[in-house]
Amino acid sequence: MNGHEPLRSLLRWPFACKALARKRPALRRALLERPGLLEKRIAVLGGSTTHDVVAFLELFLLDNGIRPTFYESEYNQWWEDAVFGNPALDAFRPDVVFIHTSVRNVRDWPALGAEASESGVEETVAKWRTAWEKIAEKFNCPIIQNNFDYLPYRLLGNLDGTDLRGRVNFVRRLNAAFAKYARTHDGLSINDICWQAADFGLARWHDEAYWCLYKYAMSREALPTVAFNVANIVKALFGKNKKALALDLDNTLWGGVVGDDGPENLELGTETAVGQSYTEFQQYLKDLSKTGVLLNVISKNEPENAKAGLAHPQMVLKEDDFISVKANWEPKSENLRLMAEELSLLPESFVFVDDNPAEREIVRQQVPDAAVPEIGQVEDYVSALDHGGWFEAVRLSGDDLKRNAMYRENAQRAQLQSRFTDYGAYLDSLEMKGTIRPFEPVYMSRIAQLTNKSNQFNLTTRRYTQEEIERTAADDAFITRYGRLEDRFGDNGVVAISIGELKGDALELVLWLMSCRVLKRDMEFAMMDEMVAAARARGAKTIRGFYYPTAKNGMVRDFYKTQGFAKVSEDVQGNAVWELDVSNGYEPRNHHIKIER
Amino acid sequence: MERAEVYSRLADVFRDVFDREVSLADATTAADVPGWDSLNHITLIGTIEDEFDVKFPMKDVVGMKNVGELVDKIIELSA
Repeated sequence: MNGHEPLRSLLRWPFACKALARKRPALRRALLERPGLLEKRIAVLGGSTTHDVVAFLELFLLDNGIRPTFYESEYNQWWEDAVFGNPALDAFRPDVVFIHTSVRNVRDWPALGAEASESGVEETVAKWRTAWEKIAEKFNCPIIQNNFDYLPYRLLGNLDGTDLRGRVNFVRRLNAAFAKYARTHDGLSINDICWQAADFGLARWHDEAYWCLYKYAMSREALPTVAFNVANIVKALFGKNKKALALDLDNTLWGGVVGDDGPENLELGTETAVGQSYTEFQQYLKDLSKTGVLLNVISKNEPENAKAGLAHPQMVLKEDDFISVKANWEPKSENLRLMAEELSLLPESFVFVDDNPAEREIVRQQVPDAAVPEIGQVEDYVSALDHGGWFEAVRLSGDDLKRNAMYRENAQRAQLQSRFTDYGAYLDSLEMKGTIRPFEPVYMSRIAQLTNKSNQFNLTTRRYTQEEIERTAADDAFITRYGRLEDRFGDNGVVAISIGELKGDALELVLWLMSCRVLKRDMEFAMMDEMVAAARARGAKTIRGFYYPTAKNGMVRDFYKTQGFAKVSEDVQGNAVWELDVSNGYEPRNHHIKIER
Repeated sequence: MERAEVYSRLADVFRDVFDREVSLADATTAADVPGWDSLNHITLIGTIEDEFDVKFPMKDVVGMKNVGELVDKIIELSA
């Protein structure tokens, strides 16, 4: 795919719409060549023409490793399709529904000739709510819904935003009502076209000729922006977002070269304009890390020089804000791979930020799926990183907020381990406490997230939406268990998920995954002990496990062997079935984690 | 601009939009070009506007009958 990089760069913000529209067929062909694309069915229900939106959406999804097939409603049939259904849509069975409506679909504006009143919002929102509820009921799948952009005119001028009869004011109230619904309904994500239009420029966003001629809700130039944002939400839904940043130091986090200029001469802090730019970039990164993005450093420097720079009194980011700091003279691509391995992440989960084009190029070539943005001058860094959409989240879970702390604790565990020669003694010293229970409502979102994000320690790599997880949990034919793990350094949160389906006197393990942050802690044994006990209580005599190889789950090829299973069959692709006979008892294998049920 | 130059640049546009070689003449209409439906027409007109840096008035977008009229219009607008 590297040969296609000039083409793929058309898919990076800011979008050159003309070139992108024109090269679409060629780009599509190139993107379809990539192996391992995840297939998803996306229904686009439009309140305006959706043709170009879908065409651009396809490109952005392909670029993210998702191969979509589309259902498109007839022109402006979004509500009829959602509420009354349609055999073609029913047969399509969407994985995601995207409702592409806009301010052009608002009908009942507050009456201008009447007294001002707060009413009106509920009537309009009710129309959309009916659609969301029907879709949720019928397809049980995530919904992506545009909010409303502003009209290209203001009848009341600046008063339009203040007066309850103003349409600017009404759009704001509608958007607040949509957001409130989305906050309380996990299945709904809002595509914020109101912000997108502001960012893009409202005057360029609307195109009256395209509206009247072709019923385009926004100008052709704006469509890549809309499609890109929808693709970002889809990729977040299926766990394809990035998790970590690998940041350069010299001229990326501060101005100057610490090894040459000395730490006292770095440009940083509010005394100079350039120094302020670096400080603001650092503040952005610090805030980003609080949402769960992991900060790391890869710098070509002597370690003591890097340390001296990081200790600069004007640094917003302190050494503690970074999980891993690699300061050496090895190729950055090697450092990135090593860092990913140490953090139990995939190299493709990283965004690599470096002011040096040569460093960006080597990482682009050597680590093809890591994101390597063009970042411009220091005053552009925030905008370039922010518009990349790499860290888009569907929900901000408690785990996201604690992630940096958890990775830091892992580093402390690694230090402790180096003091023990007996691994079991080390495990005991961690004073681990586990909680293993059937799926519970408060964890449904985290469980769905894990099924979509876990690639390495994942036996069947089966993805679930939250709705599917809830349905499975409620179904008597399934045994579900989540596992949380705490130890003396902190709480790892929910880290293991298992789903078994009872088939006759066997329990089939249709999902078995664990977060790599708790590798080699015996959590998988504790989970198996619980699943076997639950299966035996339901009369199962055999536990059946499956291993389906992917490009990423080689580490668990022999998982069931380690668990004492016997291989029953294996096809040429390596898909294997394993069985464990539990009719005559089962010897628990976890000896280091104290389990609460 | 010469008609020949307009035709040569139009041929590039059609190749990109329809992803194949398209032979064009004054009498060519949408019915002669596979894939030239009402939706791709929008993309085509937009791409032609980009290529020649012109903006077709709305009445012309709905009024043009064949490629010959399209070429006339491009020459008129870019004069």
